[in-house]
Formats: sequence, structure tokens, C-alpha cells
Amino acid sequence: MRDNPVLRIVAKIIIPVILLFALYVQFHGDFGPGGGFQAGVIFAAGFILYGLVFGTEALRNAIPPGLLRFVIALGLVLYAGVGATTMLLGSDYLAYGALADDLIGGQHLGIFLVELGVGITVSAVTVTIFLAFAGRNDP
Amino acid sequence: MLLGMLALTALAAVRLHDLFAVTIMFGIYSLLAAVVFVVLDAVDVAFTEAAVGVGISTVLMLATIGLVGRHEQRPAHRPLLPLLVVAVTGAALVYGTLDMPFFADPAAPVHQHVVPYYLGKSPEQTGIPNVVTSILASYRGYDTLGELAVIFTAGVGVLALLGLRRRKRPAKEHPTP
Repeated sequence: MRDNPVLRIVAKIIIPVILLFALYVQFHGDFGPGGGFQAGVIFAAGFILYGLVFGTEALRNAIPPGLLRFVIALGLVLYAGVGATTMLLGSDYLAYGALADDLIGGQHLGIFLVELGVGITVSAVTVTIFLAFAGRNDP
Repeated sequence: MLLGMLALTALAAVRLHDLFAVTIMFGIYSLLAAVVFVVLDAVDVAFTEAAVGVGISTVLMLATIGLVGRHEQRPAHRPLLPLLVVAVTGAALVYGTLDMPFFADPAAPVHQHVVPYYLGKSPEQTGIPNVVTSILASYRGYDTLGELAVIFTAGVGVLALLGLRRRKRPAKEHPTP
């Protein structure tokens, strides 16, 4: 599979589009279908396509396992951190209204950050699971 | 029509013995399920089903087939007892659906509890047009945090069991034939 030039070039063209579409789904989730979970999976699909075409070793070189472990936790910490911040601001846990002066602005900011946390953790976990399974095929 | 195609795909997946073909059948099944969700106007669910069911889980199953081999082994026991258990459970579930309210019945309890509040108040309380997002991330924020913790735990579990590092190049120290 790694010697097929058509596959390699098409993958190189399509991977940035996949990542861009994932970001669109992530940040447009307030207005259309989608959100952090779907965006995280699509973002991970871009990396998985890279791993399928160029080999898991190349994918492992592109994203070091240490970074992946860090990013898995980062998303959950971001989500829980939004809740802790609203508590520190004198409101209930995950009551986003406290994040801004008005309720709507606070809700927007809170939902944005929380969905970002979901997307980060979901994409990192998906890439991790793929690497853990497919990486065992390596000699 | 769609449900019939779903049933056909499931039957084909059961009948086939080539695990590669079975995996592709599961992918087709997920794609059909996603289409069913679109027909039911649940685009967010359809999106998730298409991304996870068709894409990621198919790739993961193919990776696993690459590890364990492509052909199913002969079953070591007769399938009669499992078939009986499955048939009884299925019959019980079908019996349970008889008491459920009809599809899209506005008087159903699920449409009477908190749904009118969410649908009515979401635009003014969150200012977000997609009600699914506002319910998931705001009204039911605790639940979504719990789901994210589940996904986190799954990732940590895979890391703990399988790990990411390659074994230290055993080919050099112990040359394999």
C-alpha cells in the first residue's frame, strides 16, 4: 500500500480537507449538526488515514505517544476546568452564565470550551486506540 | 425498504464466514442505520453513526483482523442453547414494545417531561440555534462530562493494556526466522 503513488498523493490532498472539515464541525456545532464528539472522530480519521497509507510508524513519528497521552487528559481537564472556574466565580458547577457578563455570552463561551474539550479528548483517544491495535502489526 | 435492507445486511453478516466480508457488512449496516436516522430527522445521531460506526469501528475491526487472521473458526459447540436464549430475549423485548407509545405520539411521557421546557427556553437562555448542542453541553452538561470521562477511561484502559511503544526491536536481539 505504501508504494502506490495514486493512494499516497490522494491521501496527501484529502487529509488537510478532512482536518479542516473536522474543525468546521467542531466550531459550527452550535448552528448545525455536529459538535465535539463528531469533530473529534473526524479529526482522528484524518490521522488514521495517514497511518493507514504511510504506515503506523510514520504516524507514531508525526505524533509522539507522550504528547498523545498528555492530550487525552487535556480535553477532560478543560471540561472539568470550566466547571471549576464557574464555581470559583461564585456560581454552580458548569453553570456557564458566570463566565461572562450576560447569560447568553456566558453560555456561548462555556459551550464552546466544553465542546472543545470533548473534541480534544475524543480525537486523541481514537488515534490512541488505532495506534494500539494497528501498531501491533509492525514487525 | 430501509429496514428490509438492514435485515438483509444483518443476515448476510451472520451467514458469511469470511471475517473481512463480515466487517464490510457491519459498515454497510451502520451506513443504512445512519440513513434511517436522517429519515427520522436525527441528523446529529446520523452524523455520529456515520463517523464512528462506518469509519472508525470498521478500521479498528480491520486492524484486529490483521492480527487474528481472516477466517472464522468452526464453532466448538452446538448453537441450540444460545439460539434459544436469544429467541426468548428477543420475544421478551418485542413483548415490551407493545406497551410503548406510538412513534412521534405527542402525548408520550418522554415528550411531556422536560422536553417542552428545553425546546421553549433554549433559544432565549443559551442563544444557540441547535437545540441538540445546547441540551448536550449546557442543560445536560454533567452527563456529557460523565460520557467524556468514560471515553477517557477507555483510552487509558487501552494504553494500560496494549501500550503505544513498540517492543524494543526484538529482531536485533533475537533474530526471528
